[in-house]
Amino acid sequence: MKTTIVTVILAIVSITAWAAEPSADEIISKANDASYYAGKDGRADVKMTIKDKGDNERVREFTILRLDVGKNDQKFYVYFTAPADVRKMAFLVWKNVGKDDDRWLWIPALNKKKRIAPGDKRTSFVGSDFLYEDVSGRSINDDIHELLETTDKEYKIKNTPKAPDTVEFTHYNVWIDKETFLPRKAEYYNKNGKVYRTVEATKTKTIQGYPTVLESIVKDLESGSSTINVFTNIKYDIGLKERIFTERFLRRPPREVR
Amino acid sequence: MNRIITSLLIFLSLTSAVLSADSWIESMDIDVNGFLDIRSGFRTQNDSNEKDASLGEARIQISLERNWDIITIQLRSDFLYDHIPDDHSSDLEEGSGVVDLREANLQAVPADFMDIKIGRQILTWGTGDMLFINDLFPKDWQSFFSGRDDEYLKAPSDAVFTSFFPELANIDIVYTPRFNPDRGITGERLSYWNPMLGSLAGQNAIADPDKPDDWFNDHEVAGRVSKTIAGYDLAAYAYDGYWKNPKGMNPATTNAIFPGLSVYGASIDGNLGKGLFNIETGYYKSKDDSKGSDPFIPNDEIRLLLGYEMELLRDLSVAVQYYVEHLQGYSNYTVNLPVGMNARDEDRQLATIRLTKMAMSQNLTLSLFAYYSPTDKDGYIRPVIKFKQSDNLQLTAGANIFIGKEDHTFFGQFENNSNIYAGIRRSF
Repeated sequence: MKTTIVTVILAIVSITAWAAEPSADEIISKANDASYYAGKDGRADVKMTIKDKGDNERVREFTILRLDVGKNDQKFYVYFTAPADVRKMAFLVWKNVGKDDDRWLWIPALNKKKRIAPGDKRTSFVGSDFLYEDVSGRSINDDIHELLETTDKEYKIKNTPKAPDTVEFTHYNVWIDKETFLPRKAEYYNKNGKVYRTVEATKTKTIQGYPTVLESIVKDLESGSSTINVFTNIKYDIGLKERIFTERFLRRPPREVR
Repeated sequence: MNRIITSLLIFLSLTSAVLSADSWIESMDIDVNGFLDIRSGFRTQNDSNEKDASLGEARIQISLERNWDIITIQLRSDFLYDHIPDDHSSDLEEGSGVVDLREANLQAVPADFMDIKIGRQILTWGTGDMLFINDLFPKDWQSFFSGRDDEYLKAPSDAVFTSFFPELANIDIVYTPRFNPDRGITGERLSYWNPMLGSLAGQNAIADPDKPDDWFNDHEVAGRVSKTIAGYDLAAYAYDGYWKNPKGMNPATTNAIFPGLSVYGASIDGNLGKGLFNIETGYYKSKDDSKGSDPFIPNDEIRLLLGYEMELLRDLSVAVQYYVEHLQGYSNYTVNLPVGMNARDEDRQLATIRLTKMAMSQNLTLSLFAYYSPTDKDGYIRPVIKFKQSDNLQLTAGANIFIGKEDHTFFGQFENNSNIYAGIRRSF
């Protein structure tokens, strides 16, 4: 009898301990879901302000639509409204987990759909300090994750790339909120062991039950430039149809972005 | 000088009119934007048939758009002062004169499975990069060769564009009630090979081809069926109309003519390896000379294009294309070729390369596009530098360099038009 009780207690203790300490992979997976898979679909207006080392400021404004398809694949529709030279351009991405994304650009002046080479995902998104990979999400299978530290509020996870030759960092640490699983901050290390790039969620709010980032800032500590993203008019589960993510709606932007 | 002042005054009054009308227009829910673009260019060598200046213009583009639920009305027009041509008379169809109306159309969704766009519009399809097989919508080679922005390579069409979206595939049909030829080289701005004179010609022999221009009779129809399967874009095309350039001749009048043409083709593009591939082909059926025996009408051709594009290094991409025009009935062609005319090769081949380098947070773009034909032994090189000084101010400098062994080949004939240019664009 005694042994049974002890066994049960041990079991409970170990279960709670396990529950209190999820593995690094589980945390990253939940963080990925919280960051990129809230709801079945969603929309947001984005204002991106790029500041260089001096005081020069450039602004990009666009609306982004997202639809989850299948298990992990997603489709994105990005419609630019500013600056003037990219106004009415649209960018279509079919994100294929495990293989290259399909990407198209709509050039309104030519009425032309142009396919974009898959290319390097760690290049700048529209000239900002955000990278393509920050926008559509880095595959969680591309890194090895280690839980470094657990505080009252956050998990600190070290992420080391499996293919270090394909990226410019040696590793990055990310702080993930224990409650919402939204990443709060990430710091990227270069080959000299120094932090050269940070990404931070500076404002968050729960919208329709989904914890959501309202403002984020990325800093390039080497060049001295920074980019602030401000998200407004965020909505989830608006019932986007898959056909929006096709050439028809590149030619004629859907009312969801206008 | 007077003309420059007058046109500047026109620009200033237009700009202020736009600005003062802005609040009124906004209250109407009309979306307004546009740009002011000033550019100038010079020949890098003498051309006895042309001016030294190859480009000298200031244009203001104003774009208005109003959206209702299922209807959009779009108006986009350039107003320009162009220093180069001596003839300043306006022709909306040719885009000459003070107004170049780029778009004026109504777009509607009459049914859930159908879109329609009626009026003046820019039309593009196909997979080539600066090479076109199944895209038989009008091009403006004059703009392309003289250093205007790339968007001016496409001339507007006056057409009805209807799209259907059944489950199976997308179907597009374009009806152009009156033939829209390319805005080709006439000698007015750029010198060219004149086969009748057997020499290069320019302002001394401005070409004036006989254009089929009967409404609803001299029409064009273009169609495309397309579908994306597993990330690959597949398309089949058909066209019925005319050669877009005056490739034929009326032996009685010796005037250049646009013979009848039908084209049937197909294309595929998608990801391959670390890059992007495209294949496009088309059969050009020269309707007025099915046997290939008429020396004044072009023969049938098979055209094929293969392309591959990839990012070589971060922010440096490279794209290559191979293109061939195979002439059908080549022996008939050579037998019937008039004495003194230069024979083309049975397979005219072209290779192109595009290098694009971005720097300074994508504010600086260096690009190079080059054509080379091993069969014609000629080529065309287009280096361009673009710098975005701010979100609204862009500076451009570039060159159009033509090289060729012979005066009569496609690029070789333009050798005296090689030019450099620079421009500035302010968007609003």
